[in-house]
Amino acid sequence: MIRVVLGLAVLVFGSTGGEIAITYGMKETGEPARLRPRELLQFLGRAVRNGWFWAGVPLMALSFYALLVLLSWEPISLVIPASAMSYVVGTLGAKYILGEQVSAARWAGVVLVCAGVALVAAG
Amino acid sequence: MSHESRLRIKTLVMVLAMVVCANAGDLMLKRGMSQIGAVQLTAAGVAHAFQLTVTNATIWTGIFFLIGFMTSYMTVLSWADYSYVMPAGAFGYALLTLLAVIFLHESVSLRRWVGVVMICVGVLLVGQTKPRTTEVASEALA
Repeated sequence: MIRVVLGLAVLVFGSTGGEIAITYGMKETGEPARLRPRELLQFLGRAVRNGWFWAGVPLMALSFYALLVLLSWEPISLVIPASAMSYVVGTLGAKYILGEQVSAARWAGVVLVCAGVALVAAG
Repeated sequence: MSHESRLRIKTLVMVLAMVVCANAGDLMLKRGMSQIGAVQLTAAGVAHAFQLTVTNATIWTGIFFLIGFMTSYMTVLSWADYSYVMPAGAFGYALLTLLAVIFLHESVSLRRWVGVVMICVGVLLVGQTKPRTTEVASEALA
């Protein structure tokens, strides 16, 4: 039980922490001028030279490995509903770390999505 | 086309690419890990599981799709809010249920249908908010 809770904590905080770092890095990188292969490759080239991207990658890798290990212990119908908490944790991070404006409508949507994902994955 | 609706359309296209790649990737990983079996949490067990993971073709197909997911995810996050993209991506769970019903004729529990409706309403709610509420580097420079 404790190992599952710890695994889920690594999964949730690793993925949201990593995604927030990557979002920060991508905003610093700036969007590609056009969505063509050439511009996309140039964008990816600039993106991988951003330090925040490389702060995010190991966190996401850690979270990914926690997911693989959890899936080998527990059924997907338990792992994914529990990891749906990351929608709420991620939105808190977006608001307080990235400074995004999370309106009441967006919060309501996030809470519905979080509960909905838990229900769908529970089967 | 106005700047606002262009932003919405390209965000939607990228979120769809994300959803397709993420679902295909997860499906392949789950299939691959089932082939490998339960991981023993000892140094030797983890090392053995790692070796099996990196030599499994199904796992690599999953990783290929996840690279596609990562590329579309990074691109969309260069202009859109994280708190917009993340919940919108959950539309994939609803889509998977619909595909399972239409193509695999799976029977779906009432609980799962309630979840699908909640996700769809949630994504619609998030979708009608502004995709971007912070400044973007390319605009800040202009």
